[in-house]
Formats: sequence, structure tokens, C-alpha cells
Amino acid sequence: MTLLLLFNITNGLIIGAFYVLMALGLSLILNLSNVINFAHGGFLVIGGYIAYALSPYVGFWGALFLAPLLTAIIGLAVERVLIRPLYGRDPLYSLLLTFGLAFMIEDGTRFIFGAQGKPMAIPAFLAQPLSNDLFFITGYRLFMVVMVIVAISMLFLLLRYTRLGIRIRAGTLDLETVAALGINVGMLRSLNFAVGIFLAGLSGVLAAGQIGLDPTMGTGLLMPSFIAIIVGGIGSLPGTLAGGLLIGVASGLTAVFFPAASEAVIYVMMAVVLLARPRGLFGEEGMMS
Amino acid sequence: MQSRKLIVLAAIWAALLFAPYWMAPLGGYTALATRVLVLGLAAMSLNFLLGFTGVLSFGHAAWFGLGAYGAGLTLKYLALSTPLAVIAGILLGGLCGSILGLLLVRRRGVYFAMVTIAFGQVFYYIAFQWSSLTGGDDGLRGFHRQPLDFGFFNIDILSNDIAFYYFVLFCFALAVGAMAFILRSPFGRTMIAIRENERRSRFLGIPIERHIWIAFTLSCFFMSFAGALYALVNNFADPRGLHYSQSGDFVMMAVMGGMRSFWGPLLGAFVFVVVQDYLSSITVNWMSFVGLLFVLVVLFFPRGLLGFFQRSKA
Repeated sequence: MTLLLLFNITNGLIIGAFYVLMALGLSLILNLSNVINFAHGGFLVIGGYIAYALSPYVGFWGALFLAPLLTAIIGLAVERVLIRPLYGRDPLYSLLLTFGLAFMIEDGTRFIFGAQGKPMAIPAFLAQPLSNDLFFITGYRLFMVVMVIVAISMLFLLLRYTRLGIRIRAGTLDLETVAALGINVGMLRSLNFAVGIFLAGLSGVLAAGQIGLDPTMGTGLLMPSFIAIIVGGIGSLPGTLAGGLLIGVASGLTAVFFPAASEAVIYVMMAVVLLARPRGLFGEEGMMS
Repeated sequence: MQSRKLIVLAAIWAALLFAPYWMAPLGGYTALATRVLVLGLAAMSLNFLLGFTGVLSFGHAAWFGLGAYGAGLTLKYLALSTPLAVIAGILLGGLCGSILGLLLVRRRGVYFAMVTIAFGQVFYYIAFQWSSLTGGDDGLRGFHRQPLDFGFFNIDILSNDIAFYYFVLFCFALAVGAMAFILRSPFGRTMIAIRENERRSRFLGIPIERHIWIAFTLSCFFMSFAGALYALVNNFADPRGLHYSQSGDFVMMAVMGGMRSFWGPLLGAFVFVVVQDYLSSITVNWMSFVGLLFVLVVLFFPRGLLGFFQRSKA
């Protein structure tokens, strides 16, 4: 029983780490540009499939490095051509556009790579379990968690110490003043979008190594990421971090006691949080309205 | 101006009244016309909130789907009566919507959209997981709409497609008439005032949250009405009818037709249903084309078809 609990908590934390990686990217874009990026799951799929296509040539490590970068570049182009014209308009439009984009990416991947799932080869030493008792902790899982931690730390360092990061945070609070201070807001939004998409691409590569590739894999991660953001509090990145881990562990634990509800439980958590604390766990007052 | 409006109105109703007769020669079929009508009602219900109160709900498929399940479950387990099934569907979707609406009314803009998406998914999961009651992934099967029994005569809407079309048209007219009546009332004018300038309306002493909640609730009731009819159209209720991608389709219909106009969403639904029907018959990659349609409409026709025509006329 203890082992089972431990297994599910670990599992929940790993899933939660994924939610966090997805949700942080979504959250960045939402906070600065007021765009709900429905295509975020699509970018995750793009990242995964790029890694799949590249890994025969550059190996797993090369793909791990290149795929998120290429995904971010694609994201930059998409932002430039499709999303930028919509910034001044009702958020409805960017929502619909990214929604359609998600359709196109899912169907496009299916067209190019086929509807069948694809396995992604990972280095042999990562596939081994680390110990005989705790069979579920494979090297790859540990590696994923480390990668997620590294990525998140990098993100927070970027936001805390670099000029770009400070501008992003300032823009989140008051974009008008930032623009008035002579900062190129269009450029800022593009770079911010690219950072968010980079995180989606990275989650795609990591997820591909664990569960394999499938054109619909991004869609399933999208809703939990939304909920991570709502639970943590819109506008707060640490909140998103906490929210993602929280719902990951909660659904992991529910899987032990009441498997059928393991997906529903995150919605229940959201409802409870919204009732008890409408702005979310770490949200600022008034951020949601 | 007034007389031109009347002419347009008469033309719309004439087109709807004779749809089974003019659609068939153009390559359509009666069931397609019925589907347009039902989805058009759904899009108009959404637009009641979106276009006339300015509140973006992206989870309205939930109320649509609940209406469908309410009607389907009633026919399957409770009563073999079409009107009762429709009423049950309306009540199920409308009441759930009105309760959840209380949680939602303080949010605005994208946040409202996000929270409605997430809550809408709750109902999707319930329909998906509770297989013993809802049939899970396969959907709810094993019920049929029942002939309307007026005691002294029967209307066979089960096997007669055209009779069923007129039944749906009758329901559509009821709902649309109610919507138009509400929009002309002082309450409807207040909704539009909130859309135009929320802060100013608040200064005028209008209780914004209560108005948005009422508009949301009404919209949910209309939506579940459409959903209940949809279950009758297909004799089937599908969990995907509650999914947020269905909500996206409804929003798309409203936007494509023109969300500032009363009849726009019906036009949008017509175009959407016909295009989807056509695309899925010629290519397996119809999803890409529907996605492309979304992108193109957003970039080039953000005011919708009616908005586009109105502007080019002016």
C-alpha cells in the first residue's frame, strides 16, 4: 500500500511537472498579451515530432536541444503573421484563431506522420529502473523531473535578472507605461511568445520519450494546464507552478482510491478554489476581473 | 427602413418555411435543414450572451450537451413523450447553467472564457466516465423521438422527416420569438448598455453582476433547448457534444455570421454546417480546412458575413 501510494504520488508529481511546464508557457502569453493560446498543445506536438524526425540524425541529445528551439522559431513566425494583427481586438478573436490553429496542427501532423502513435527512442541508460524495489523510478523519469526543474529555474532567473525578463514582468503589470518608456512592446510580446512556445516544445520532447508520440497528445494536456493557471491564480507564475503540482498530485492520489474520478478531481479542485478564493491561490486581487 | 426590415424578416421566415422544398433541389436534404435549424438556434442562444451582453462564454457546449442528455435519458428511462423529453432537457441544462453562472459572473473577458471552458469540461467528463448511465464514449443510444400525440390526432415526427422539420421549426420560432422579445424589453436594452460600456452602466446604478447572471441563465436555457432538439434529430446524444471544441464551433458560427446582428448566427450555422458536411464527404483532412476557415474568418471577416455585407453597402 505504501509502495502504491508512493508510486502514485511520484507519478502525480511527474505529471504535475508537465502541467507546470505547459501552464507556465500559457500563463506567460496570457499575462502579457491577453491571448489564450489554444494551440499550445499543438506546439507541444510540433516539438515532439520535430524531435522524432531529427533524432536519427542528431541523436536524442541533439534533438532535445534543437526541437524546442525550432518550435520556438515556428512560434515566433506564427505570432508575427497570425496573432500580432489581433492584439488590439477583442480577445475572442485570438482565441478562435488559435483554436483553428490547433485543429490544423493536429490534422497536419496526422497527415504527415500518420494517426498511429510513434515511439521515441531514448538513450538506453535512461530507460533502466534506478532501483529494484522502486521499479517505477526509471532514469528517464528522474531525468524529466530534473529537466523540468532546470527549465523552470532558468525561466525564473530570466524573469528576475535579465532586462528582457524584467520588461516582461513590467509589461504584465502595466503595458501602457512600459510602452511609454520607449520599449518596443511588439518585440517584447514576440519574444515572450517564443519563450512560452519554447517551453511547450520542450514538454513535447520530454513527453515523447515517456509516452510516445501521437497527434492528439497535446490536447489532453491543455485543460489541466488551464486549471493549473486558474487554481494557482491568473497573473502569478509561482501560483501556476504550485497549481500544476497540486493538481498533478491530487489526480495521482485519486487514481489510488477512486480511479474513475482521477480526471474529474482537478475540476472539483478548481471549483473549490474558485468558491473559497476566487482569485486563485496566489492571484492578485482583481486580476481575474 | 422599417419596411425594409419587414421584408428581410419575411424573406427569412419564408426561406425557413419552405426549406425542405428548396434545399432538396440544391443538393441538400431535409435532415440537413433540420440540423442547420437546431445548430442555428444554439449559435443564436450563445450570441444572446456573446453579441448582446458582450460576455464570452467558451463552454456553452456543456449546456447544449446537457439538454441533449436530459432529453435522451428521459426518453430512454422515464417517459415516452417528446414534449416531456424536451422540457427535461431544458431544465437540466438551464438549471446547471444558472447555478454555475453564480460562480462565473464576477469574471470578465478572457478569464470568463477560461473558467467557462474548464467548467464545461466537467460535464464532458461526467458524460464520458459515467458509462452505466450515459453510455460513455459511445454516447447515449437506444431512444427515439416519439410521435406527437394530441389525443384526437397524431403527428408522426419519427418517420416523417418533413413533419419533424416543421416541429423543429415551431420550437425554433418559439425560442427565437422569446429571444427577440427579451432583447426589445428594457432588460434587453440594459444588456446592450452593459456590452457598450460596463463601467458607465454601473455608475447608472445597474446591478451588473445580476444582469449578466440573468442573461447567462437565459442563454443556457435557450442553449439546452437546442441541445434537447439535437438529441431528437439524431436519436442519439454524444459526449463530444459537450466538449469545448463544440463550444468553439458555436462561437465560430456566431462570429462567422456576424455577432452584432440577431440573425447572423443562423447564417453562420448554415454556412458552417454545409461546409463541414461537404468537406467531410470529400476529404479525410476536413479538420485542417475547418481550422483554416477559423483562421481566415478571424483575419479577414472579423465582423462576420452580415457585418461584411452591411459595411460594403454603407
